[in-house]
Amino acid sequence: MFAITSRRGWWYLLSLALLLPGVVALLTGGLKPGIDFTGGSLIQLRFDETVTQQAVQAAAVERGYPGATVQLTEDRGALVRTPPLDVEAKDALVSAIFDHVGPGQELSFSTIGPVVGAELTRAAAIGVAVASALILLYVMWAFRRMERPVVLGLAAIGALLHDALFLLGVFALLGHVIDVQVDALFVTAILTVIGFSVNDTIVVFDRIRENRQRHLRLPDAQRPDFEQTVNFSANQSLSRSLNTSLTALLVLLALIVLGGPTIRLFVVALAAGFMIGTYSSTFAASSALVSWDRRDVPRAWERFRSRLTLVR
Amino acid sequence: MRRRQWATLAAIAVVFGLALYVSLPGTPGLPFEVAGRDLSDLRFRQGLDLQGGLHVRFQASPPPGQQLQDGDMDAVKRIIENRVNALGVAEPLIQIEGDNRLIVELPGVDDPEEAIRVFRQTGQLLVINTGFDFIDEGTILPADPSQTVLRGRDLRDARVGFDSLGAPMIEFDLQPDAANRFQTYTASHLNEVLTITVDEVVISSARIEAAIRESGVIRGSFTADEARNVAIQLRYGALPVPLEVVETLSVRPTLGRESLELSLRAGVVGALLVLIFMVAFYRVPGLVAALALVVYASVVFAVFKLIPVTLTLSGLAGFILSVGVAVDANILIFERTREELRSGRAIRGAVESGFNRAWPSIRDSNISTLIICAVLFGFGSGGVRGFAVTLAIGVAVSMFSAITVSRNLLRLAITWPALTRPRLFGAGAPAGSEA
Repeated sequence: MFAITSRRGWWYLLSLALLLPGVVALLTGGLKPGIDFTGGSLIQLRFDETVTQQAVQAAAVERGYPGATVQLTEDRGALVRTPPLDVEAKDALVSAIFDHVGPGQELSFSTIGPVVGAELTRAAAIGVAVASALILLYVMWAFRRMERPVVLGLAAIGALLHDALFLLGVFALLGHVIDVQVDALFVTAILTVIGFSVNDTIVVFDRIRENRQRHLRLPDAQRPDFEQTVNFSANQSLSRSLNTSLTALLVLLALIVLGGPTIRLFVVALAAGFMIGTYSSTFAASSALVSWDRRDVPRAWERFRSRLTLVR
Repeated sequence: MRRRQWATLAAIAVVFGLALYVSLPGTPGLPFEVAGRDLSDLRFRQGLDLQGGLHVRFQASPPPGQQLQDGDMDAVKRIIENRVNALGVAEPLIQIEGDNRLIVELPGVDDPEEAIRVFRQTGQLLVINTGFDFIDEGTILPADPSQTVLRGRDLRDARVGFDSLGAPMIEFDLQPDAANRFQTYTASHLNEVLTITVDEVVISSARIEAAIRESGVIRGSFTADEARNVAIQLRYGALPVPLEVVETLSVRPTLGRESLELSLRAGVVGALLVLIFMVAFYRVPGLVAALALVVYASVVFAVFKLIPVTLTLSGLAGFILSVGVAVDANILIFERTREELRSGRAIRGAVESGFNRAWPSIRDSNISTLIICAVLFGFGSGGVRGFAVTLAIGVAVSMFSAITVSRNLLRLAITWPALTRPRLFGAGAPAGSEA
């Protein structure tokens, strides 16, 4: 058996290490909303010959779009982002780019007006709020027959916030490093990851409930304490958790490597979410339960205060 | 094996066979209708991002001082429909959204710019002399300048009126200079037929009954509503309100095909990896799960075709993800079975209690995913919805496949003694024996 809960200090430290860079990136404005939310145009091009990002950018600026951003993709592709364009303006820009940089073809073009962008932002915000409320209700319902349903619910919610924050942080970092922008599908990925994170946590907690019931029937001398039960249960579900996320990761990895570039970031977000979700439900959420049972926080506070008193 | 279990296996085989029949490409379909849907047409519906095409969302933006009137959007829709039909696109989708939006989707259009130009054209109203022939409404009548009597700009107003018998008719007024011309013309062409077209589509034919000066009427066999629509088209020649493009998505068919091929390849490779992993890790049950996964995939595909679900790129990703997640239920069950075996239980009891004890977890955990899918469907649009639908169908079918298909196949497998050694269940030696 693997000692999970007794190493809980390490897990908290690991979580902190995983979340901190992302939080810093978030606070420094790394998460960049894409045209789905701000409104704008996105043109996907493919050139016949290899081109440089600077050349494409320069052509767009020269055509009168100083705010245009250009990102190169695989297979001699490029993504050009501009303020909202109509079809004529887009045609003019595309032919100007081909004239300056070299021939190619236009693969796709999308424009979202500022009005629709604002609507999508609102819908996304309401969607996230409704999803959170429903998940909260569901978690309370799922744990209704367990001891301390509120603690379990809080731990499950904590785990899903942990996962969502991690994902936001990763994309904020990506925003800083390679100028990744987030779209409606990113919000979808976060909600999906939240769903699966809760799914995972529920399986672990179900185990705890089952084992706890069994253990409570044992004579006093043989009965494991709460921490032992939690550790035992986390170990029992460990193999399932790992295997489940492994199979999900296998298909997601296939999509990342072999699927086209159009939804690659969406799949990357899902894969990152599945990984963190497996870790958080087995390690972080279980540890949190034990911390509550052992009154880790009040004890740490006491220690801290007594040390303060000593200093004084 | 009891008789009931054989019956269940037979039922699974039938469902699998049907699903396979429905999901194969080019299937002739089923010869009946369900809830108004003809099941003999089971083509695979692809979204715009997979087959290429154009999606435009318009918003009516009345100029200052003008209000959007009841029925304006219906008139806009009719006019846009006429223009789209002139393009000859297969299966266009034109629908009103909310109270001032219109969505136009033209799948497979190779040249989106051309299509957008056609929308942008202001509708051209012509009154044409067609001799003594009445032309059916909806007929395409190419413009012929030599026979054109009036143009849209000659008209000052048009509205619905009723004759003494209460039959609806269209009353119109002409601009002063056109009125003189029209009087001379109608006086010399009595009893000939004038046909009115908008964008070369006939909306009405009528006989000249008397010389007409600055105002006249058009009679025809129309209802008051139809008369009203014609009046609107006459009055505005084009759209009753200007349309503003608030969203455009155009995807070249080449990119769509490429995305489809890449995703399908990724899906096949991913599914194979999952199958290999399951067999390598769980042995006999893994093989059962692999078989169940094949049943699962064909049932899900059949459901997509039957509903029908329009598959988008993200929808395909949702389906592929659901393949990876679908084995979760199996994994939960097999882990339980393994534990039972390790604690020394006999194989049959271990399998049964593995299923029974894993079920609450499977149910509870999938509900959270379904809740998220419902929210995504409710608040998302386009690709988000596609993903939510395929993932939800996948999760729902996976519960069926794990509980019904895997369970009964595994029961069948363990009737064969050679397959019942714990080692073949990935359980190693039962506790208590050598190491």
